[in-house]
Amino acid sequence: MSDTPHFLQIKGLRDGLLITLADAPWETVSQALLAHIGERQSFFQGARLALDVGQQALKVIDLADLRDRLSDQGVSLWAVLSESPTTQNAAQLLGLATRLFRPRLQEFEPAPSSMADETALWLHRTLRSGVRVESPGHVVIWGDVNPGAEVVAAGHILVWGRLRGSVHAGAQGDRNAMIAALEFSPMQARIANQEVVISDPKPHPGPKVIAFRDDRLTVDDWQAT
Amino acid sequence: MGAQVITITSGKGGVGKTTAVANLAVALAADGQKVVCVDGDIGLRNLDVVMGLENRIVYDVVDVIEGRCRLRQAMIRDKRLPELYLIPAAQTRDKSAVSPSDMVRLCDELRGEVDWVIIDSPAGIERGFKNAIAPADRVIVLTNPEVSAVRDADRVIGILEAEEKGSPGLIINRLNPAMVRRHDMLSAEDVLDLLAVRLLGVVPEDENVIVATNRGVPVALDGKSRAGQAFRNIARRLKGEDVPFLDLDDQGTLWQKLSRLTGRKSS
Ligand SMILES: Nc1ncnc2c1ncn2[C@@H]1O[C@H](COP(=O)(O)OP(=O)(O)O)[C@@H](O)[C@H]1O
Ligand SMILES: [Mg+2]
Repeated sequence: MSDTPHFLQIKGLRDGLLITLADAPWETVSQALLAHIGERQSFFQGARLALDVGQQALKVIDLADLRDRLSDQGVSLWAVLSESPTTQNAAQLLGLATRLFRPRLQEFEPAPSSMADETALWLHRTLRSGVRVESPGHVVIWGDVNPGAEVVAAGHILVWGRLRGSVHAGAQGDRNAMIAALEFSPMQARIANQEVVISDPKPHPGPKVIAFRDDRLTVDDWQAT
Repeated sequence: MGAQVITITSGKGGVGKTTAVANLAVALAADGQKVVCVDGDIGLRNLDVVMGLENRIVYDVVDVIEGRCRLRQAMIRDKRLPELYLIPAAQTRDKSAVSPSDMVRLCDELRGEVDWVIIDSPAGIERGFKNAIAPADRVIVLTNPEVSAVRDADRVIGILEAEEKGSPGLIINRLNPAMVRRHDMLSAEDVLDLLAVRLLGVVPEDENVIVATNRGVPVALDGKSRAGQAFRNIARRLKGEDVPFLDLDDQGTLWQKLSRLTGRKSS
């Protein structure tokens, strides 16, 4: 049995293992990972595995393939951590987590007072069910947010399309954050730590802006000014 | 040159994939096309039952892939249509016996033999699904007008887009016009509005389908069945013919709405 190859770094978590892969060609590191697990069947049997792949830009097919090979060895892949948006997106499409812990609101820094000059994440597509997009800034979606899709942003969320999924703006506690959408019929919408209550199940059609006004979350028709 | 390889998939199970594969295959073959269907649901085979061919199975798809028989030997000829074949799934193996590249190789060999290869995908988005879509030239997503099935279809469409398989075609199966009218079921427009892909056809709920399944005679062979007619129309659309949508609704408005919607979505 060989020692841990230098491509892998293994760490125990409370409820599973975290393996960090070195920045080498994907073929090499994924083979090394599978070989290592293959040699230590009894140790890895039934393990819950989170994988940190660093900068690797991986496609759905790469991750799905690795997930299936791991599951053949009795290892269940539940999270893929990466700095690459391609990889994060692929992981989200497969329903894998992209971070180890869901941050709780209390842990966040005090809210910034203004985000006026920050850049936004621009997504020119419809977010379909199973996709989760997270951003430390604002998010603009040129497309729909379908039921089962989720957007979490520290700043504003603007949907130039139909918002039918779940959104959380000001997710780090910023009550200045806003949500705007051409059609607002979300499964769930939150700003900072407050849920938007949609009293009317069939709201008036047309663009809406959701923001705090005097400490209350309000849903208003969007007015050109 | 060569065949078109089409995979039917859904995300959710039990929505009618196997039924659709059998019926589209039968409809194309009855139209003079040479067709082979491949059961990609390894371990849970049932396309052979729906086609009424289960007692003719000698070899299966895993036998071909693992070289225990030649491709021709695993192609079971249909009882009624001489140009229709089935390659059954292995019942006693699991999905890991087949890889996506095995499926690509198998279909490449079939391309020279027939006009159409139609692959029945298992439910889910795991290995069996990946095997089934790997060789496809076109993917068809099939769903029921039901929230959870549509949610899964949406997810599968997202994955197909990310895999650069192109935008799939859509079949809505088991629509019940009376329930839609009472607002107890999503309408075809509701489904299409959300999924925003090209509609290939709407198949009504039809008890003839269940009778036909049990008898192993796909309903597309039944001239009187509405579902059979819908499947025959979809088969013609696959061939590139411009076939108007069936007016499933007695009120006579659905067809106009659908043609308007599909006209917009496919542009
Ligand atoms: N249009 C329809 N009307 C009535 N029953 C249907 C229809 N389509 C499928 N069914 C029934 O639904 C069940 C599941 O269909 P099947 O094709 O096996 O689904 P899948 O392959 O997606 O799991 C079968 O019993 C089938 O007879
Ligand atoms: Mg089936």
